[in-house]
Amino acid sequence: MQGIRSREQPMKFVTAIIKPYKLNEVREALTSIGVQGVTVTEVKGFGRQKGHTEIYRGAEYVIEFLPKIKIEAAIPSDLLEQVVAAIKKAAQTGQIGDGKIFVFDLEQVMRIRTGETGSDAI
Amino acid sequence: MLFVVLFVNFAGTAFAADVPVPDKGDTAWMIVATLLVALMTIPGLALFYGGLVRTKNMLSVLMQVFTVFSLCMVLWVVYGYSLAFTEGNAFFGGFSKILLSGVTVDSVAATFSKGVVIPEFVYIFFQATFAAITPALILGAFAERMKFSAVLAFITLWFTFAYLPMAHMVWFWAGPDAYTDADAATKAGAIAGFLFQKGAIDFAGGTVVHINAAIAGLIGAFMVGKRVGYGRESMAPHSLTMTMIGASLLWVGWFGFNAGSNLEATGLAALAFGNTMTATAAAALSWMFTEWVLKGKPSMLGAASGAVAGLVAITPACGWVGIGGALVIGLAAGVVCLWGVNGLKRLLGADDALDVFGVHGVGGILGALLTGIFANPDLGGVGVYDYVANQVADYSTSAQMISQLWGVGTTVIWSGLVSIIAYKLVDMVIGLRVSEDEEREGLDTTSHGESAYKY
Repeated sequence: MQGIRSREQPMKFVTAIIKPYKLNEVREALTSIGVQGVTVTEVKGFGRQKGHTEIYRGAEYVIEFLPKIKIEAAIPSDLLEQVVAAIKKAAQTGQIGDGKIFVFDLEQVMRIRTGETGSDAI
Repeated sequence: MLFVVLFVNFAGTAFAADVPVPDKGDTAWMIVATLLVALMTIPGLALFYGGLVRTKNMLSVLMQVFTVFSLCMVLWVVYGYSLAFTEGNAFFGGFSKILLSGVTVDSVAATFSKGVVIPEFVYIFFQATFAAITPALILGAFAERMKFSAVLAFITLWFTFAYLPMAHMVWFWAGPDAYTDADAATKAGAIAGFLFQKGAIDFAGGTVVHINAAIAGLIGAFMVGKRVGYGRESMAPHSLTMTMIGASLLWVGWFGFNAGSNLEATGLAALAFGNTMTATAAAALSWMFTEWVLKGKPSMLGAASGAVAGLVAITPACGWVGIGGALVIGLAAGVVCLWGVNGLKRLLGADDALDVFGVHGVGGILGALLTGIFANPDLGGVGVYDYVANQVADYSTSAQMISQLWGVGTTVIWSGLVSIIAYKLVDMVIGLRVSEDEEREGLDTTSHGESAYKY
Protein backbone atom coordinates (compact mmCIF):
# COMPACT_ATOMS: atom_id res chain seq x y z
CA MET A 1 0.00 0.00 0.00
CA GLN A 2 1.30 3.44 -0.90
CA GLY A 3 1.60 6.26 1.67
CA ILE A 4 -0.13 9.60 1.61
CA ARG A 5 2.85 11.31 0.00
CA SER A 6 3.43 8.85 -2.88
CA ARG A 7 3.06 10.04 -6.46
CA GLU A 8 -0.18 8.78 -8.05
CA GLN A 9 -1.95 8.69 -11.39
CA PRO A 10 -3.33 12.22 -11.88
CA MET A 11 -6.79 12.83 -10.39
CA LYS A 12 -9.23 15.70 -10.58
CA PHE A 13 -11.77 17.10 -8.07
CA VAL A 14 -14.92 18.38 -9.72
CA THR A 15 -17.33 20.75 -7.93
CA ALA A 16 -20.61 21.68 -9.59
CA ILE A 17 -23.22 24.20 -8.39
CA ILE A 18 -26.58 23.25 -9.86
CA LYS A 19 -30.29 23.96 -9.49
CA PRO A 20 -31.67 21.79 -6.66
CA TYR A 21 -34.25 19.96 -8.75
CA LYS A 22 -31.52 18.82 -11.16
CA LEU A 23 -29.76 16.70 -8.55
CA ASN A 24 -31.32 13.38 -9.50
CA GLU A 25 -30.62 13.82 -13.19
CA VAL A 26 -26.99 14.78 -12.57
CA ARG A 27 -26.44 11.90 -10.15
CA GLU A 28 -27.83 9.38 -12.64
CA ALA A 29 -25.69 10.82 -15.41
CA LEU A 30 -22.56 10.50 -13.28
CA THR A 31 -23.16 6.95 -12.11
CA SER A 32 -23.88 5.86 -15.68
CA ILE A 33 -20.36 6.88 -16.75
CA GLY A 34 -18.66 5.20 -13.80
CA VAL A 35 -18.37 7.84 -11.09
CA GLN A 36 -18.69 5.78 -7.91
CA GLY A 37 -19.35 8.36 -5.20
CA VAL A 38 -20.37 11.97 -4.79
CA THR A 39 -20.89 14.41 -1.90
CA VAL A 40 -23.89 16.72 -1.93
CA THR A 41 -24.35 19.93 0.07
CA GLU A 42 -27.24 22.38 0.24
CA VAL A 43 -25.84 25.86 -0.41
CA LYS A 44 -27.03 29.38 -1.13
CA GLY A 45 -25.63 31.70 -3.71
CA PHE A 46 -26.23 34.32 -6.29
CA GLY A 47 -24.82 35.16 -9.68
CA ARG A 48 -26.77 36.71 -12.47
CA GLN A 49 -30.05 35.14 -11.34
CA LYS A 50 -32.12 37.66 -9.36
CA GLY A 51 -33.66 36.77 -6.00
CA HIS A 52 -37.18 37.58 -4.81
CA THR A 53 -38.99 39.78 -2.27
CA GLU A 54 -40.77 38.51 0.83
CA ILE A 55 -43.26 40.62 2.78
CA TYR A 56 -44.21 39.94 6.44
CA ARG A 57 -46.77 42.52 7.57
CA GLY A 58 -44.86 45.78 7.55
CA ALA A 59 -41.44 44.34 6.85
CA GLU A 60 -40.15 43.80 3.32
CA TYR A 61 -37.08 41.64 2.65
CA VAL A 62 -35.17 41.29 -0.63
CA ILE A 63 -33.82 37.73 -0.69
CA GLU A 64 -30.68 37.80 -2.86
CA PHE A 65 -29.43 34.32 -2.11
CA LEU A 66 -31.01 31.42 -3.94
CA PRO A 67 -30.88 27.81 -2.83
CA LYS A 68 -28.54 25.63 -4.89
CA ILE A 69 -26.99 22.18 -4.64
CA LYS A 70 -23.22 21.65 -4.62
CA ILE A 71 -22.16 18.25 -5.90
CA GLU A 72 -18.53 17.14 -5.54
CA ALA A 73 -16.66 14.13 -6.86
CA ALA A 74 -13.06 12.90 -7.06
CA ILE A 75 -12.41 11.36 -10.48
CA PRO A 76 -9.55 9.90 -12.47
CA SER A 77 -8.14 12.53 -14.86
CA ASP A 78 -8.99 10.52 -17.95
CA LEU A 79 -12.70 10.72 -17.05
CA LEU A 80 -12.73 14.56 -16.85
CA GLU A 81 -14.20 15.41 -20.29
CA GLN A 82 -16.97 12.83 -19.90
CA VAL A 83 -17.83 13.98 -16.38
CA VAL A 84 -18.00 17.65 -17.31
CA ALA A 85 -20.09 16.89 -20.39
CA ALA A 86 -22.44 14.67 -18.37
CA ILE A 87 -23.00 17.29 -15.69
CA LYS A 88 -23.50 20.06 -18.23
CA LYS A 89 -26.06 18.05 -20.22
CA ALA A 90 -28.03 16.93 -17.15
CA ALA A 91 -28.00 20.26 -15.29
CA GLN A 92 -28.67 22.63 -18.14
CA THR A 93 -32.05 24.33 -18.63
CA GLY A 94 -30.98 27.30 -20.72
CA GLN A 95 -32.25 29.75 -18.06
CA ILE A 96 -30.04 32.05 -16.00
CA GLY A 97 -29.06 30.26 -12.74
CA ASP A 98 -28.06 26.87 -14.24
CA GLY A 99 -24.83 27.03 -12.28
CA LYS A 100 -21.11 26.40 -12.77
CA ILE A 101 -18.60 23.55 -12.83
CA PHE A 102 -15.21 23.98 -11.13
CA VAL A 103 -12.25 21.68 -11.80
CA PHE A 104 -9.36 21.30 -9.38
CA ASP A 105 -6.23 19.17 -9.44
CA LEU A 106 -6.59 16.55 -6.71
CA GLU A 107 -3.23 15.87 -5.05
CA GLN A 108 -4.12 12.80 -3.02
CA VAL A 109 -7.06 10.87 -1.62
CA MET A 110 -7.32 8.00 0.89
CA ARG A 111 -10.11 5.55 1.66
CA ILE A 112 -10.39 5.62 5.42
CA ARG A 113 -11.52 2.02 5.96
CA THR A 114 -8.71 0.34 4.09
CA GLY A 115 -5.96 2.96 3.77
CA GLU A 116 -5.98 2.69 -0.05
CA THR A 117 -4.71 5.80 -1.82
CA GLY A 118 -4.84 7.24 -5.30
CA SER A 119 -7.04 5.78 -8.02
CA ASP A 120 -7.68 2.73 -5.81
CA ALA A 121 -9.52 5.03 -3.48
CA ILE A 122 -11.89 6.69 -6.01
CA MET B 1 -86.15 42.42 53.32
CA LEU B 2 -82.58 41.60 52.46
CA PHE B 3 -81.98 41.04 48.80
CA VAL B 4 -79.49 38.47 47.79
CA VAL B 5 -76.10 39.81 46.79
CA LEU B 6 -74.91 36.87 44.86
CA PHE B 7 -71.17 36.86 45.49
CA VAL B 8 -71.51 35.53 49.03
CA ASN B 9 -72.12 31.97 50.16
CA PHE B 10 -75.53 31.63 51.83
CA ALA B 11 -75.52 27.89 52.46
CA GLY B 12 -76.96 27.03 55.87
CA THR B 13 -78.78 30.33 56.55
CA ALA B 14 -82.50 31.04 56.72
CA PHE B 15 -82.33 32.50 53.25
CA ALA B 16 -80.91 29.35 51.63
CA ALA B 17 -84.26 28.68 49.99
CA ASP B 18 -84.05 32.08 48.22
CA VAL B 19 -80.66 31.38 46.68
CA PRO B 20 -80.87 30.45 43.02
CA VAL B 21 -79.20 27.19 42.06
CA PRO B 22 -76.94 26.88 39.02
CA ASP B 23 -78.34 25.26 35.89
CA LYS B 24 -76.28 22.26 34.76
CA GLY B 25 -76.32 23.40 31.14
CA ASP B 26 -74.94 26.83 32.02
CA THR B 27 -72.34 25.28 34.28
CA ALA B 28 -71.21 22.75 31.70
CA TRP B 29 -70.97 25.41 29.01
CA MET B 30 -68.94 27.72 31.22
CA ILE B 31 -66.49 24.98 32.14
CA VAL B 32 -66.00 24.32 28.45
CA ALA B 33 -65.66 28.02 27.71
CA THR B 34 -62.94 28.22 30.34
CA LEU B 35 -61.08 25.37 28.68
CA LEU B 36 -61.34 27.08 25.31
CA VAL B 37 -59.84 30.29 26.65
CA ALA B 38 -57.02 28.37 28.32
CA LEU B 39 -56.30 26.74 24.95
CA MET B 40 -56.03 30.22 23.41
CA THR B 41 -52.92 30.87 25.47
CA ILE B 42 -51.45 27.40 25.68
CA PRO B 43 -50.65 26.69 22.96
CA GLY B 44 -52.57 29.14 20.72
CA LEU B 45 -50.83 32.40 21.52
CA ALA B 46 -47.54 30.62 22.21
CA LEU B 47 -47.42 29.17 18.71
CA PHE B 48 -48.83 32.27 17.02
CA TYR B 49 -46.06 34.38 18.53
CA GLY B 50 -43.43 31.63 18.41
CA GLY B 51 -43.66 31.14 14.67
CA LEU B 52 -43.12 34.85 14.11
CA VAL B 53 -39.68 35.03 15.76
CA ARG B 54 -36.36 33.63 14.57
CA THR B 55 -35.41 30.02 15.32
CA LYS B 56 -32.90 31.09 17.96
CA ASN B 57 -35.70 32.66 20.04
CA MET B 58 -38.54 30.18 19.56
CA LEU B 59 -38.25 28.59 23.00
CA SER B 60 -37.97 31.95 24.74
CA VAL B 61 -41.37 32.93 23.38
CA LEU B 62 -42.95 29.58 24.25
CA MET B 63 -41.38 29.77 27.70
CA GLN B 64 -42.50 33.33 28.43
CA VAL B 65 -46.10 32.63 27.40
CA PHE B 66 -46.26 29.31 29.27
CA THR B 67 -44.72 30.75 32.41
CA VAL B 68 -46.76 33.96 32.41
CA PHE B 69 -49.90 31.83 32.14
CA SER B 70 -48.82 29.77 35.14
CA LEU B 71 -47.71 32.79 37.14
CA CYS B 72 -50.95 34.71 36.61
CA MET B 73 -53.02 31.65 37.54
CA VAL B 74 -51.29 31.45 40.90
CA LEU B 75 -51.52 35.18 41.53
CA TRP B 76 -55.20 35.07 40.57
CA VAL B 77 -56.16 32.50 43.17
CA VAL B 78 -53.99 34.15 45.83
CA TYR B 79 -55.17 37.74 45.44
CA GLY B 80 -56.20 38.51 41.87
CA TYR B 81 -59.81 37.38 42.06
CA SER B 82 -60.34 39.14 45.35
CA LEU B 83 -58.93 42.47 44.17
CA ALA B 84 -60.88 42.32 40.90
CA PHE B 85 -64.24 40.90 41.85
CA THR B 86 -65.13 41.81 45.41
CA GLU B 87 -66.53 45.03 46.73
CA GLY B 88 -63.96 47.72 47.52
CA ASN B 89 -63.86 51.09 45.82
CA ALA B 90 -64.47 52.05 42.20
CA PHE B 91 -60.96 50.95 41.18
CA PHE B 92 -60.00 47.99 43.31
CA GLY B 93 -61.87 45.26 45.12
CA GLY B 94 -61.04 44.15 48.63
CA PHE B 95 -59.21 41.36 50.38
CA SER B 96 -62.26 39.37 51.47
CA LYS B 97 -61.50 36.51 49.09
CA ILE B 98 -57.75 36.18 49.38
CA LEU B 99 -56.90 32.56 48.56
CA LEU B 100 -60.58 32.28 47.60
CA SER B 101 -61.48 32.26 51.26
CA GLY B 102 -65.16 31.61 51.84
CA VAL B 103 -65.79 30.25 48.38
CA THR B 104 -67.26 26.75 48.47
CA VAL B 105 -68.80 24.36 45.96
CA ASP B 106 -72.18 25.90 46.80
CA SER B 107 -71.10 29.49 46.22
CA VAL B 108 -72.67 31.16 43.22
CA ALA B 109 -71.91 34.09 40.97
CA ALA B 110 -74.37 36.29 39.11
CA THR B 111 -74.92 36.27 35.39
CA PHE B 112 -76.65 38.98 33.33
CA SER B 113 -80.09 37.47 33.91
CA LYS B 114 -82.11 37.91 37.07
CA GLY B 115 -82.34 34.72 39.07
CA VAL B 116 -79.69 32.90 37.01
CA VAL B 117 -76.39 31.93 38.58
CA ILE B 118 -73.33 29.80 37.93
CA PRO B 119 -71.04 28.20 40.50
CA GLU B 120 -68.61 30.80 41.74
CA PHE B 121 -65.66 28.46 41.15
CA VAL B 122 -66.52 28.36 37.47
CA TYR B 123 -66.69 32.15 37.32
CA ILE B 124 -63.39 32.46 39.18
CA PHE B 125 -61.50 30.24 36.78
CA PHE B 126 -63.21 31.56 33.68
CA GLN B 127 -62.01 35.01 34.67
CA ALA B 128 -58.61 33.55 35.58
CA THR B 129 -57.97 32.57 31.97
CA PHE B 130 -58.62 36.19 30.94
CA ALA B 131 -56.24 37.41 33.62
CA ALA B 132 -53.60 35.05 32.26
CA ILE B 133 -53.88 35.73 28.55
CA THR B 134 -53.87 39.51 28.86
CA PRO B 135 -50.33 39.80 30.22
CA ALA B 136 -49.20 37.12 27.77
CA LEU B 137 -50.27 39.37 24.89
CA ILE B 138 -47.76 41.99 25.96
CA LEU B 139 -44.84 39.59 25.46
CA GLY B 140 -44.96 39.96 21.70
CA ALA B 141 -43.98 43.61 21.77
CA PHE B 142 -40.58 43.13 23.37
CA ALA B 143 -39.86 39.65 22.01
CA GLU B 144 -36.29 38.53 21.29
CA ARG B 145 -34.46 40.89 23.67
CA MET B 146 -35.90 41.03 27.18
CA LYS B 147 -34.43 39.39 30.26
CA PHE B 148 -36.56 36.50 31.50
CA SER B 149 -36.38 37.67 35.12
CA ALA B 150 -37.43 41.15 34.02
CA VAL B 151 -40.38 39.67 32.16
CA LEU B 152 -41.61 37.89 35.28
CA ALA B 153 -41.12 40.93 37.48
CA PHE B 154 -42.80 43.33 35.08
CA ILE B 155 -45.75 41.01 34.47
CA THR B 156 -46.34 40.59 38.21
CA LEU B 157 -46.44 44.37 38.71
CA TRP B 158 -48.59 45.04 35.66
CA PHE B 159 -51.02 42.22 36.46
CA THR B 160 -51.52 43.65 39.94
CA PHE B 161 -51.76 47.36 39.14
CA ALA B 162 -53.15 47.45 35.60
CA TYR B 163 -55.08 44.25 34.88
CA LEU B 164 -56.89 43.83 38.21
CA PRO B 165 -58.18 47.41 38.46
CA MET B 166 -59.25 47.44 34.79
CA ALA B 167 -61.21 44.21 35.28
CA HIS B 168 -62.76 45.71 38.41
CA MET B 169 -63.60 49.02 36.76
CA VAL B 170 -65.30 47.52 33.74
CA TRP B 171 -66.85 44.28 34.98
CA PHE B 172 -67.50 44.47 38.72
CA TRP B 173 -71.11 45.12 39.69
CA ALA B 174 -73.67 43.89 42.21
CA GLY B 175 -75.41 41.62 39.76
CA PRO B 176 -78.85 42.01 38.14
CA ASP B 177 -80.79 40.78 41.18
CA ALA B 178 -79.73 43.89 43.09
CA TYR B 179 -81.63 46.11 40.67
CA THR B 180 -85.13 45.68 42.10
CA ASP B 181 -86.26 49.31 42.03
CA ALA B 182 -84.80 52.74 41.36
CA ASP B 183 -83.45 53.20 44.91
CA ALA B 184 -81.88 49.75 44.98
CA ALA B 185 -80.42 50.42 41.55
CA THR B 186 -78.79 53.62 42.74
CA LYS B 187 -77.29 51.84 45.74
CA ALA B 188 -76.11 48.94 43.60
CA GLY B 189 -74.68 51.24 40.98
CA ALA B 190 -72.60 53.03 43.57
CA ILE B 191 -70.57 49.93 44.40
CA ALA B 192 -69.86 49.03 40.78
CA GLY B 193 -66.53 49.61 39.08
CA PHE B 194 -65.64 53.08 37.81
CA LEU B 195 -66.19 52.39 34.12
CA PHE B 196 -69.30 50.29 34.75
CA GLN B 197 -70.71 53.37 36.47
CA LYS B 198 -69.75 55.46 33.44
CA GLY B 199 -71.91 53.17 31.33
CA ALA B 200 -69.08 51.78 29.21
CA ILE B 201 -70.08 48.51 27.54
CA ASP B 202 -67.40 45.91 26.84
CA PHE B 203 -68.70 42.38 26.54
CA ALA B 204 -65.55 40.30 26.59
CA GLY B 205 -62.70 42.72 27.18
CA GLY B 206 -61.78 45.04 24.32
CA THR B 207 -60.57 47.53 26.91
CA VAL B 208 -59.65 45.26 29.82
CA VAL B 209 -57.67 42.85 27.67
CA HIS B 210 -56.70 44.30 24.32
CA ILE B 211 -56.17 48.05 24.71
CA ASN B 212 -54.75 47.40 28.17
CA ALA B 213 -52.12 44.93 26.93
CA ALA B 214 -51.42 46.88 23.76
CA ILE B 215 -50.48 50.06 25.60
CA ALA B 216 -48.18 48.09 27.88
CA GLY B 217 -46.66 46.47 24.82
CA LEU B 218 -46.09 49.70 22.95
CA ILE B 219 -44.50 51.37 25.94
CA GLY B 220 -42.37 48.29 26.49
CA ALA B 221 -41.20 48.35 22.88
CA PHE B 222 -40.11 51.95 23.38
CA MET B 223 -38.47 51.45 26.76
CA VAL B 224 -36.73 48.15 26.03
CA GLY B 225 -35.49 49.50 22.72
CA LYS B 226 -35.16 48.16 19.21
CA ARG B 227 -33.66 44.76 18.48
CA VAL B 228 -30.02 44.73 17.41
CA GLY B 229 -29.93 44.92 13.63
CA TYR B 230 -33.55 46.09 13.33
CA GLY B 231 -34.12 47.62 9.92
CA ARG B 232 -30.90 46.17 8.51
CA GLU B 233 -30.93 42.45 9.16
CA SER B 234 -33.55 39.86 8.42
CA MET B 235 -35.97 39.24 11.27
CA ALA B 236 -38.35 37.23 9.15
CA PRO B 237 -40.65 34.71 10.86
CA HIS B 238 -39.12 31.25 11.07
CA SER B 239 -42.36 29.28 10.85
CA LEU B 240 -45.58 30.72 9.53
CA THR B 241 -46.86 27.16 9.75
CA MET B 242 -46.73 27.46 13.55
CA THR B 243 -48.24 30.94 13.35
CA MET B 244 -51.19 29.64 11.36
CA ILE B 245 -51.72 26.81 13.85
CA GLY B 246 -51.64 29.38 16.64
CA ALA B 247 -54.04 31.71 14.84
CA SER B 248 -56.47 28.86 14.29
CA LEU B 249 -56.36 27.85 17.95
CA LEU B 250 -56.93 31.49 18.86
CA TRP B 251 -59.96 31.72 16.55
CA VAL B 252 -61.57 28.55 17.86
CA GLY B 253 -60.69 29.28 21.47
CA TRP B 254 -62.07 32.79 21.16
CA PHE B 255 -65.59 31.38 21.02
CA GLY B 256 -65.03 30.51 24.66
CA PHE B 257 -63.70 34.01 25.28
CA ASN B 258 -66.60 35.84 23.61
CA ALA B 259 -69.60 33.54 23.89
CA GLY B 260 -68.46 32.47 27.34
CA SER B 261 -68.59 36.08 28.49
CA ASN B 262 -72.36 35.72 28.43
CA LEU B 263 -71.92 33.53 31.53
CA GLU B 264 -74.90 31.35 30.55
CA ALA B 265 -75.95 29.22 27.60
CA THR B 266 -78.61 31.33 25.95
CA GLY B 267 -79.48 32.92 22.63
CA LEU B 268 -77.21 35.83 23.50
CA ALA B 269 -74.27 33.44 23.83
CA ALA B 270 -75.18 32.14 20.40
CA LEU B 271 -75.29 35.69 19.03
CA ALA B 272 -71.88 36.40 20.53
CA PHE B 273 -70.68 33.18 18.89
CA GLY B 274 -72.11 34.22 15.53
CA ASN B 275 -70.73 37.76 15.75
CA THR B 276 -67.31 36.31 16.51
CA MET B 277 -67.43 33.97 13.52
CA THR B 278 -68.69 36.68 11.16
CA ALA B 279 -66.36 39.49 12.15
CA THR B 280 -63.28 37.28 12.11
CA ALA B 281 -63.94 35.81 8.70
CA ALA B 282 -64.72 39.26 7.30
CA ALA B 283 -61.54 40.72 8.76
CA ALA B 284 -59.35 37.92 7.43
CA LEU B 285 -60.71 38.61 3.96
CA SER B 286 -60.56 42.39 4.13
CA TRP B 287 -56.92 42.37 5.32
CA MET B 288 -56.04 39.81 2.67
CA PHE B 289 -57.73 41.63 -0.20
CA THR B 290 -56.35 45.01 0.81
CA GLU B 291 -52.87 43.56 1.04
CA TRP B 292 -53.34 41.89 -2.35
CA VAL B 293 -54.20 45.22 -3.93
CA LEU B 294 -51.59 47.32 -2.16
CA LYS B 295 -48.63 44.94 -2.05
CA GLY B 296 -49.26 42.58 -4.94
CA LYS B 297 -49.69 39.25 -3.17
CA PRO B 298 -52.15 37.94 -0.55
CA SER B 299 -50.14 36.39 2.29
CA MET B 300 -50.79 33.68 4.87
CA LEU B 301 -49.56 36.00 7.59
CA GLY B 302 -51.95 38.65 6.32
CA ALA B 303 -54.95 36.33 6.45
CA ALA B 304 -54.00 35.11 9.94
CA SER B 305 -53.35 38.65 11.18
CA GLY B 306 -56.61 39.86 9.69
CA ALA B 307 -58.47 37.12 11.52
CA VAL B 308 -56.86 38.10 14.83
CA ALA B 309 -57.66 41.76 14.17
CA GLY B 310 -61.31 40.84 13.63
CA LEU B 311 -61.33 38.78 16.81
CA VAL B 312 -59.92 41.70 18.76
CA ALA B 313 -62.37 44.23 17.36
CA ILE B 314 -65.44 42.06 17.93
CA THR B 315 -64.41 41.25 21.51
CA PRO B 316 -66.08 44.26 23.16
CA ALA B 317 -68.96 44.17 20.66
CA CYS B 318 -69.90 40.50 20.46
CA GLY B 319 -72.79 40.53 22.94
CA TRP B 320 -74.04 43.96 21.96
CA VAL B 321 -74.21 44.18 18.17
CA GLY B 322 -76.11 42.33 15.45
CA ILE B 323 -74.62 40.27 12.64
CA GLY B 324 -74.69 43.27 10.32
CA GLY B 325 -72.70 45.27 12.85
CA ALA B 326 -70.27 42.37 13.22
CA LEU B 327 -69.74 42.30 9.46
CA VAL B 328 -68.94 46.01 9.39
CA ILE B 329 -66.66 45.75 12.42
CA GLY B 330 -64.79 42.84 10.88
CA LEU B 331 -64.34 44.42 7.47
CA ALA B 332 -63.15 47.63 9.09
CA ALA B 333 -60.77 45.88 11.48
CA GLY B 334 -58.96 44.08 8.69
CA VAL B 335 -58.23 47.29 6.83
CA VAL B 336 -57.55 49.56 9.79
CA CYS B 337 -55.25 47.09 11.53
CA LEU B 338 -53.36 46.52 8.27
CA TRP B 339 -52.63 50.24 8.48
CA GLY B 340 -51.83 49.77 12.15
CA VAL B 341 -48.95 47.38 11.39
CA ASN B 342 -47.69 49.38 8.43
CA GLY B 343 -48.22 53.14 8.30
CA LEU B 344 -48.97 53.64 11.98
CA LYS B 345 -46.09 51.40 13.02
CA ARG B 346 -43.68 53.48 10.94
CA LEU B 347 -45.14 56.66 12.42
CA LEU B 348 -44.73 55.45 15.99
CA GLY B 349 -41.18 54.32 15.32
CA ALA B 350 -40.97 51.62 17.98
CA ASP B 351 -39.83 48.04 17.39
CA ASP B 352 -43.12 46.43 18.44
CA ALA B 353 -41.76 43.10 17.32
CA LEU B 354 -44.97 41.11 16.94
CA ASP B 355 -47.33 44.05 16.31
CA VAL B 356 -49.13 43.95 19.63
CA PHE B 357 -50.24 47.57 19.37
CA GLY B 358 -51.00 47.49 15.67
CA VAL B 359 -53.43 44.61 16.11
CA HIS B 360 -54.64 44.65 19.74
CA GLY B 361 -54.39 48.39 20.35
CA VAL B 362 -55.83 49.61 17.06
CA GLY B 363 -58.34 46.77 16.89
CA GLY B 364 -59.38 47.18 20.50
CA ILE B 365 -59.95 50.93 20.18
CA LEU B 366 -61.83 50.49 16.91
CA GLY B 367 -64.01 47.74 18.39
CA ALA B 368 -64.73 49.62 21.58
CA LEU B 369 -65.89 52.67 19.65
CA LEU B 370 -67.89 50.79 17.02
CA THR B 371 -69.63 48.92 19.84
CA GLY B 372 -71.16 52.24 20.86
CA ILE B 373 -72.51 52.69 17.34
CA PHE B 374 -73.76 49.21 16.55
CA ALA B 375 -75.24 48.28 19.95
CA ASN B 376 -78.11 50.51 18.88
CA PRO B 377 -81.25 48.44 18.27
CA ASP B 378 -81.92 50.59 15.19
CA LEU B 379 -78.71 49.16 13.73
CA GLY B 380 -79.41 45.58 14.74
CA GLY B 381 -77.89 45.73 18.19
CA VAL B 382 -79.39 44.35 21.40
CA GLY B 383 -79.51 47.72 23.16
CA VAL B 384 -78.77 48.31 26.83
CA TYR B 385 -81.07 46.53 29.30
CA ASP B 386 -82.80 48.44 32.10
CA TYR B 387 -82.87 46.04 35.07
CA VAL B 388 -85.36 48.19 36.98
CA ALA B 389 -87.90 48.54 34.16
CA ASN B 390 -86.97 45.00 33.02
CA GLN B 391 -86.81 45.99 29.37
CA VAL B 392 -84.37 47.39 26.83
CA ALA B 393 -83.84 51.11 27.40
CA ASP B 394 -84.00 53.84 24.75
CA TYR B 395 -80.67 54.06 23.01
CA SER B 396 -78.64 57.25 22.81
CA THR B 397 -75.64 56.86 20.53
CA SER B 398 -74.06 60.10 21.67
CA ALA B 399 -74.37 59.20 25.34
CA GLN B 400 -73.05 55.71 24.72
CA MET B 401 -70.12 57.02 22.69
CA ILE B 402 -69.15 59.26 25.58
CA SER B 403 -69.21 56.21 27.84
CA GLN B 404 -67.09 54.28 25.35
CA LEU B 405 -64.60 57.12 25.19
CA TRP B 406 -64.38 57.04 28.98
CA GLY B 407 -63.51 53.37 28.67
CA VAL B 408 -60.88 53.81 25.99
CA GLY B 409 -59.35 56.90 27.53
CA THR B 410 -59.16 55.49 31.04
CA THR B 411 -57.53 52.31 29.79
CA VAL B 412 -54.92 54.17 27.76
CA ILE B 413 -53.98 56.49 30.60
CA TRP B 414 -54.10 53.94 33.42
CA SER B 415 -52.24 51.22 31.56
CA GLY B 416 -49.78 53.77 30.22
CA LEU B 417 -48.88 55.16 33.62
CA VAL B 418 -48.63 51.77 35.32
CA SER B 419 -46.51 50.42 32.48
CA ILE B 420 -44.05 53.30 32.46
CA ILE B 421 -43.54 53.03 36.21
CA ALA B 422 -43.30 49.24 36.19
CA TYR B 423 -40.77 49.08 33.34
CA LYS B 424 -38.71 51.79 34.94
CA LEU B 425 -38.70 50.06 38.33
CA VAL B 426 -37.75 46.71 36.84
CA ASP B 427 -35.04 48.33 34.74
CA MET B 428 -33.53 49.97 37.81
CA VAL B 429 -33.52 46.81 39.91
CA ILE B 430 -32.93 44.02 37.38
CA GLY B 431 -32.31 45.57 33.98
CA LEU B 432 -34.74 45.02 31.13
CA ARG B 433 -32.53 43.79 28.34
CA VAL B 434 -30.09 40.98 27.73
CA SER B 435 -26.57 41.86 26.55
CA GLU B 436 -25.94 42.38 22.87
CA ASP B 437 -23.93 39.14 22.65
CA GLU B 438 -26.76 37.19 24.23
CA GLU B 439 -29.24 38.81 21.89
CA ARG B 440 -27.10 37.90 18.88
CA GLU B 441 -26.69 34.30 19.95
CA GLY B 442 -30.35 33.98 20.79
CA LEU B 443 -32.37 33.79 23.99
CA ASP B 444 -33.00 30.04 23.79
CA THR B 445 -29.42 29.06 24.49
CA THR B 446 -28.36 32.07 26.56
CA SER B 447 -31.45 32.44 28.78
CA HIS B 448 -32.79 28.91 28.82
CA GLY B 449 -29.90 26.60 27.96
CA GLU B 450 -31.83 24.88 25.20
CA SER B 451 -32.25 25.02 21.46
CA ALA B 452 -35.51 24.43 19.73
CA TYR B 453 -34.32 22.78 16.55
CA LYS B 454 -31.59 20.26 15.86
CA TYR B 455 -30.52 20.14 12.26
